[in-house]
Amino acid sequence: MTATSGPGISLMAEFVGLGYYTEVPVVIFDVERVGPSTGLPTRTAQGDILKNALLSHGDTKHLMLIPCSTEECFSMAVEAFDLAEEFQTPVFVMSDLDLGMNNWMADGFDYPSKPMARGKVLSAEDLDRLGGFDRYKDVDGDGIGYRTLPGTKHPKAGFLTRGSGHNEQAIYSERPEVYVGNMDRLAHKFETARSRLPKPEIQDAKGAEVGVLAYGTTHWAIVEALDQLRKEQGVTAGYCRVRAFPISLEVFDFIHRHRRVYVVEQNRDAQMLSLLRMEVDAADAGRLRSVLHYNGLPVDARSVTDAIVAQEARN
Amino acid sequence: MATTIMPPPAPKKVNRVGLEQADYKGNKSTLCAGCGHNAISERIIEACFELGVEPYRVAKLSGIGCSSKSPAYFLRASHGFNAVHGRMPSVATGTVLTNRTIMALGVSGDGDTASIGIGQFVHLMRRNLPCVYIIEDNGCYGLTKGQFSATADLGSKLKTGVVNDLPPIDTCALAIQLGATYVARSFSGDKKQLLALLEGALVHRGTAMLDVISPCVSFNDHEGSTKSYSYVKDHDEPLSDVSFIPYFEDITVDYAPGTAAEITLHDGSRLVLKKLRSDYDPHNKAEALRLLTASHDTGNLVTGLFYIDTERPNFIDLLNLVDAPLATLPESRTRPPKSVLDEVMDSLR
Repeated sequence: MTATSGPGISLMAEFVGLGYYTEVPVVIFDVERVGPSTGLPTRTAQGDILKNALLSHGDTKHLMLIPCSTEECFSMAVEAFDLAEEFQTPVFVMSDLDLGMNNWMADGFDYPSKPMARGKVLSAEDLDRLGGFDRYKDVDGDGIGYRTLPGTKHPKAGFLTRGSGHNEQAIYSERPEVYVGNMDRLAHKFETARSRLPKPEIQDAKGAEVGVLAYGTTHWAIVEALDQLRKEQGVTAGYCRVRAFPISLEVFDFIHRHRRVYVVEQNRDAQMLSLLRMEVDAADAGRLRSVLHYNGLPVDARSVTDAIVAQEARN
Repeated sequence: MATTIMPPPAPKKVNRVGLEQADYKGNKSTLCAGCGHNAISERIIEACFELGVEPYRVAKLSGIGCSSKSPAYFLRASHGFNAVHGRMPSVATGTVLTNRTIMALGVSGDGDTASIGIGQFVHLMRRNLPCVYIIEDNGCYGLTKGQFSATADLGSKLKTGVVNDLPPIDTCALAIQLGATYVARSFSGDKKQLLALLEGALVHRGTAMLDVISPCVSFNDHEGSTKSYSYVKDHDEPLSDVSFIPYFEDITVDYAPGTAAEITLHDGSRLVLKKLRSDYDPHNKAEALRLLTASHDTGNLVTGLFYIDTERPNFIDLLNLVDAPLATLPESRTRPPKSVLDEVMDSLR
């Protein structure tokens, strides 16, 4: 596990790609601050969402958990370790400077209810029973292979982890069908993860035409903005808080249920909106609207409400 | 009926853990024929066989480059990790921290170590992480057609005639100055010296840094190169004759008083340095650095064990880790009970 911010992750992007391709579990906390470059290093943003989702060269994509509170930072840290080991891949926990460095009230953290998950790790006894194993073979149909830990006392335990092309036995290969098979298995593993990640928090409003979609610390401004919209404008909106990437199918259903969905986020380029557009049904893409806040200060309810009201007036 | 009596097959030589030398081999090398790196892989195989190293206890680690491909060519049964360019040290550190019983055997090159990886290299040296760090040093980037690396000597010439006008980084001097505790230089073609130095390095419990001059037959083995086979053979100036005596062999070595130095390593194995210059003390940092500095002026390649310190605590000692490998600790030892979390929460209310 390592904790860093955007620049640290940019610096180590090559390692994250290695982790993805060699399938090494790692948990990375990103306390997002304002970029690009050194940016506003003491100010807050949600500017690393798109970069981390697809970090490193080649076809790569990574699991992300997105907490909105200190309680969720704690529970998602626990979950991130389990997911990293179960899916043998890097997992980002997307905090931000507001959450990571300011004082927050909290109800207290809950003790984990489940034992730690170490995923598919074979012991020397397992290897005796199986007679060996293929590191990158999809035995169970979920895209996840079995691994051994260094130091396992068995002549069949060792393998060479490499960032270069490899076959199911972890041996160097440039064969086209081997490369494609491996890349497709990694994509399948990513799909397996989709339904295993924290679910979105969805608050439906009966018959609402307007939906609001947000994530992370933007949540707190949305809670207040939903009140303002109802009291000041008489608009009752649905709300969906995305808590992970890849994005749950429930989120796409939420978008489909609303005529207009305002994606509120703390960056200039509508990064979550871009991720949604990559996967949303073409027919629903036109429902997505964007509300952006990127001046380095935590987003406030009034800015969100005003932006939604202004855009609603044009509809 | 005639019968032919076949002679019984010659018994295969096995080491003290019951393995043959062939058990320490890897896949067939894809490096150029005659590459010094292949000779180093062979010495690693021999050293591990002779010491009776159990392959499951070894982690082979490397970065990127010709050198870094070589872990596939020895110790097939061991775990290996081919990291990103210049960043084998961080992977080695993680490996040893999560399992302190593992022997980390790192293979890097001069490009991997002395340019992109120099930041990681210096911190590994100063931490004195228990590991072997081999630099397969050919003074050039062999995978990209032989451009000079940062260990190329001043005045050395490329095949194209380009002359190197920047001074080399002496990785041995750097390692000694930073705190590595076993520092040596050798030549891939000197089987006896390299084997003894490797065996000593594998037994040493601290950072053992071996810079092995390993000629690149494709791009840096011509007239005018200072890392060619012929140049190294002509200029090799061994500091001493090195012999390694493992702790499990009861061998006494005869030498006249004052003609050899004997160094006892952590497990009781010994390194015997014969014909060592009478005024040279391998426990003296300043002397080692003086020797290396002087060798740059003469252009001679001094090889041998420059520096050793068997007393300095290594990184694992300093961290005061539990004896059991961290990677295998059960949940009862890695997750504090609910009462601990409750106590922390109560203290914040």
